[in-house]
Amino acid sequence: MNCRSEVLEVTVEARQVEEAMLALLHTILLHRSTGKFHYKKEGTYSIGTVGTQDIDCDFIDFTFVRVSSEELDRAIRKAVSEFKDALSSDGMGQISLEFYQKKKSRWPFSDECIPWEVWSIKVNTVNLANEQERQICREKVGEKLGEKVINVVEVINRHEYLPKMPTQSEVGNVFDTSLKDVQPYLYKITYQITDSLGTSVSTTMRRLIKDTLAL
Amino acid sequence: MDSDLSPQDKKDLDKFIKFFALKTVQVIVQARLGEKICTRSSSSPTGSDWFNLAIKDIPEVTHEAKKALAGQLPGIGRSMCVEISLKTSEGDSMELETWCLEMNEKCDKDIKVSYTVYNRLSVLLKSLLAITRVTPAYKLSRKQGHDYVILYRIYFGEVQLGGLGEGFQTVRVGVVGTPVGTVTLSCAYRTNLAFMSSRQFERSAPIMGIIVDHFVDAPGGNPRPINMGQPCNYRAPDDEDGGALGVQDSQEVCTTSFSTSPPSQCVCTLSPSPSKLSKPLPLDSLQLPLAPGLVAHNLYASRLSYQPAPAGGATEFNTNQGLHAGKEVGMVLAPGADVHLTVENAPNTPSSSGDEEGLLRSGEGRSVSPSDTVESLNAFTRKVGAFVNKPSNQITVGLDLPFAAFAPRGLDSEENDPMVNPPDSPPSQSPLQASLHSQGSDGSGQQDDFVMVDFRPAFSKDDLLPMDLGTFYREFQNPPQLASLSLHTSSQSMADDLDSLPEKLRVYEKNIDEFDAFVDMLQ
Repeated sequence: MNCRSEVLEVTVEARQVEEAMLALLHTILLHRSTGKFHYKKEGTYSIGTVGTQDIDCDFIDFTFVRVSSEELDRAIRKAVSEFKDALSSDGMGQISLEFYQKKKSRWPFSDECIPWEVWSIKVNTVNLANEQERQICREKVGEKLGEKVINVVEVINRHEYLPKMPTQSEVGNVFDTSLKDVQPYLYKITYQITDSLGTSVSTTMRRLIKDTLAL
Repeated sequence: MDSDLSPQDKKDLDKFIKFFALKTVQVIVQARLGEKICTRSSSSPTGSDWFNLAIKDIPEVTHEAKKALAGQLPGIGRSMCVEISLKTSEGDSMELETWCLEMNEKCDKDIKVSYTVYNRLSVLLKSLLAITRVTPAYKLSRKQGHDYVILYRIYFGEVQLGGLGEGFQTVRVGVVGTPVGTVTLSCAYRTNLAFMSSRQFERSAPIMGIIVDHFVDAPGGNPRPINMGQPCNYRAPDDEDGGALGVQDSQEVCTTSFSTSPPSQCVCTLSPSPSKLSKPLPLDSLQLPLAPGLVAHNLYASRLSYQPAPAGGATEFNTNQGLHAGKEVGMVLAPGADVHLTVENAPNTPSSSGDEEGLLRSGEGRSVSPSDTVESLNAFTRKVGAFVNKPSNQITVGLDLPFAAFAPRGLDSEENDPMVNPPDSPPSQSPLQASLHSQGSDGSGQQDDFVMVDFRPAFSKDDLLPMDLGTFYREFQNPPQLASLSLHTSSQSMADDLDSLPEKLRVYEKNIDEFDAFVDMLQ
């Protein structure tokens, strides 16, 4: 199966990175979370209710909607925070939100994780000199994020591949059932930082190793 | 077209589309209330949350939507539209956006109604939640209050986009294919805010510190129906059955959910004229309508005014707020054909049903509730300029009060209304002097009007950050009266003081040595 891949790109000030990432990741997760499944006998299940919350950004003129789940918010904030710390003040980086399915393999092979949708958000950070520029940036980034939300919604509403609704035994292979109030699809967040030379750290390492081996 | 669809599926589909339409309206209107929305997730299905989303149902909104639909469903050529417009305190109005729920002929016969369509409609609602925060009207609606309010109108039939001005943009929220057609949800929004920029509404200062709890239930009234449906039961995909949906949306949902109160909308349209805002009222002397919930309810509805399609003339809106008990208090809504008060719903309103003249009657003392209800009442009433108030019965504005100079005055006619005819330059000293001279102890309109327009503090720029010293100053220009300075309490305490004086003197004379020693110590 082909994995759907979408790339979003934003340019923000360093202090806006966290909120911009939260806004986009939460918007995606809002669409990719359902209520908790409760399986009953006869193979039926009922679905819990997902609440939503408006979040105003402090450094950006923007409000986004996220799922009302403290646990989920904590998990996303943690990942974004790591990303933000790794990102230098005028660097570039990319944070990826990948939705995957687990496929049980036979021993001795471990379970496979097969991604079915990957969202990559490329971030460029800039430094601004004065308050006036920062104010303009607040508004501009707000508008840009709005456009990105529209892009996200557009992609999602194409209603392309989604994993089949699982049976009770399979639910852990499709959904993240560890949260107590909502159930997002299984996801993982990874990031890459590009150093100022424009090459990503991972490619530099790879090159080093290759060079070493070549000697 | 329906031949391939089983009767049960057809019934379910109709129900889904109907409730989808109702929920769509709720989401859009709630997003324009001007507040942040927050609902809780619940892991166990309550059975009343359509599309597995916690979206509150505001009864008036549902009522309006049902009225517009009149038993029909969105279909081909019959779209359900929610028009969002802005109305300024002068009575100018402008359409901001139109959300359209349409149906086209493109059918998807193979899709499973009970399952796929339902889930996709749920995703579409989530998208709607996200997109409603993104269009330009969202920011405007968050700042509504003093200078303008946001109104909504629901209509059914042909989409009308003419009022959006030139160059309007369209954003498509999403589509869901069904066996009877494809449901499309989109928004057309105005980009040409020329009317606005000339008045600089976009740059108007954000309103500070006024919070209205829109979801306060009217006390004692309107028992909300708990059960709006029953748990959705799905069959897991490996079950060969077609997946009958067990949602039993009984007739009860459709007919009785929101009919415990008579149909009503509160239309508080603001018009230019004598209506003024009084300054924030001191709690101890303000008496407001009976029930706190009542006020909040009314405010909520007011803020969210529904404008009936054939708007019957501008309704006059006079604010008459006295500072003291026994004076006429409250908002007066002029009678208008389509004007009803939401407060009529609450059963314990004495001034209710049919009394279109006034929300509150004069001379009745009422207990007030939270201070923010008071302030929100103020917030909603029209402000001509930030500090121009109707003099009304503000008796205690006497000379000896520290803020006498800033006492509210009224403007009697539109000619003096600075918002309509802005003065050439901000009046500086003269009103101030006039106020100091006018000794009208009763304060009933004898003092000159004190109008300040375009307040620009000399040392702060207002083009970068509208929220600055100027705004702060403006907002807090008219502080409430100090309780200790109001007449009756001050006279009482005076008397007490005088009585206790001899006693005090005696004590002091007795301890005169101690005092002397203390003074020596200090030197």
